[in-house]
Amino acid sequence: MIPMLEAKGVQKRFGSNHVLKGIDLTIQAGQVLCLLGPSGSGKSTFLRCINHLEVINAGRISVDGELMGFRQHGDKLYEMKPSAIAAQRGEIGMVFQRFNLFPNLTAIENIIEAPVGIKKINKNQAIERAKELLASVGLSDKADHYPSQLSGGQQQRVAIARALAMDPKLMLFDEPTSALDPELVGDVLEVMRNLAKSGMTMIVVTHEIGFAREVADQVVFMDDGLVVESGTPAEVIDNPRNARTKAFIESVL
Amino acid sequence: MSENQTNSDKIVAIPLKHPWRWVSAALIVLFLALFIYSLVASPNVNHDIISQFLFNPKIIQAAGLTVLLTVISMTIGAALATLLAIMKLSANPVLKMVATAYIGFFRGTPLLLQIVFWGYLGIIYPTLGLGVPFTDIVWFSAPTSAVLTSTVAGVIALSMNEAAYAAEIVRAGILSVDDGQTEAAKSLGMSNGYTLRRIVLPQAMRVIIPPMGNEFISMLKNTSLLQVLAVMELYARTSQISAQNLAQVELLVVAGFWYLVMTSILSWPQSYLERKYGRGFSATSERKRWLSMGSKASA
Repeated sequence: MIPMLEAKGVQKRFGSNHVLKGIDLTIQAGQVLCLLGPSGSGKSTFLRCINHLEVINAGRISVDGELMGFRQHGDKLYEMKPSAIAAQRGEIGMVFQRFNLFPNLTAIENIIEAPVGIKKINKNQAIERAKELLASVGLSDKADHYPSQLSGGQQQRVAIARALAMDPKLMLFDEPTSALDPELVGDVLEVMRNLAKSGMTMIVVTHEIGFAREVADQVVFMDDGLVVESGTPAEVIDNPRNARTKAFIESVL
Repeated sequence: MSENQTNSDKIVAIPLKHPWRWVSAALIVLFLALFIYSLVASPNVNHDIISQFLFNPKIIQAAGLTVLLTVISMTIGAALATLLAIMKLSANPVLKMVATAYIGFFRGTPLLLQIVFWGYLGIIYPTLGLGVPFTDIVWFSAPTSAVLTSTVAGVIALSMNEAAYAAEIVRAGILSVDDGQTEAAKSLGMSNGYTLRRIVLPQAMRVIIPPMGNEFISMLKNTSLLQVLAVMELYARTSQISAQNLAQVELLVVAGFWYLVMTSILSWPQSYLERKYGRGFSATSERKRWLSMGSKASA
């Protein structure tokens, strides 16, 4: 079976700063992977490498068997043209810490922009689908609100709906609840939990240990640009073998 | 305790009074009235000549040409400015350098000088043509004076100068849009061009429009410099007339009146555009409250 995501020896440098020092990861379709680790450990950078928002310096990332951002010729990798990369990104949804909704568009306009403009889906169809998605994140009554009129939690749920509107194979979440007031975190996690149940493949960078323990099929602990430990939540969260993992879990619990 | 309760029910909240707002407004109105009176009552201003020329068809026609020159130059200037802004923001060092040099050159020399230069272009290049350089192949050729009439030269001068100023306005607008917007757009599979057109520029417009309104009004007034190329716009026409009847001040009043009318009318679309591109950004209500005379307007 082809894994949904396969990363091999992924390295990333920003100047002299060696952020990723060779990451290996595999996720099967339908699985949820939670990436834990202290800030600066490279979790977010790795996530951004997956959809080529950051260009990797070494290694390879394949999504659903397709090499991301590069074409292979013999033993060399050539970076793809921007249009080909854009097409690949369209199949991967991403949710940001700071939501990044388009402030000049209403909730529903945010959701239909890419399906109508990029996928060339009929506008009425896109609106129908957007309404279903808004209902699924519990925001049917907010379709015509601008992001500035929504709470952080509501904005993040619209952002999830916006990513889902492109029918992605894989969803990336970059600390989706870190910028939220504590009482708003629950609603967003609930939406993500339902999404996981529906069979979506998800990679979640998070500090929500409870969520990781409950929803994740695989938990990966990263530190200093390397995968320190990976396994089931029961292994990594409840019985960490590595001292650094143990210290981190204790500090956030 | 219960007494306190009833007392607090009766409290009437009286908003802060702003007496100085009223005093300053009254003073300014007074000075304005005095100034207008001095003009109307002056025996040195011939009011008959003013009213004779105010709605003269030649003047109206010249004012029409002024608007036309403004709109055309502004449109070309803004398009060129967007291109320059994108060049200046690009990763290509040559494009960046060319844009920077262009802006430096056209901002660094007087507009009047540039206008006259374009008027004299025929001296440097007597003929304009299209062909392959350093060969005998020429597809098209014409004397410069036929192609580059004084009006065309004027429009080129105004648009190219405008582009240099507006480029920095457009660039500031693009830079004002958060990087997260571009990232979100990319993550949804949008190309760079699509992201610029549909996501970044519409948001940048909010920042671009107020200074562009200024530019529009400057442009309208700068068309008067085309007098040196004998383009018969409003100022050239009025000075032509006053050269004959020697009523300089009266015709300046006529010209000033029409410039004011035109700049006022051109200001209307600005507030419409500001509203259009301000949708979703809710910073205006606070500003309105601050500017209002009383506190009722805040509701």
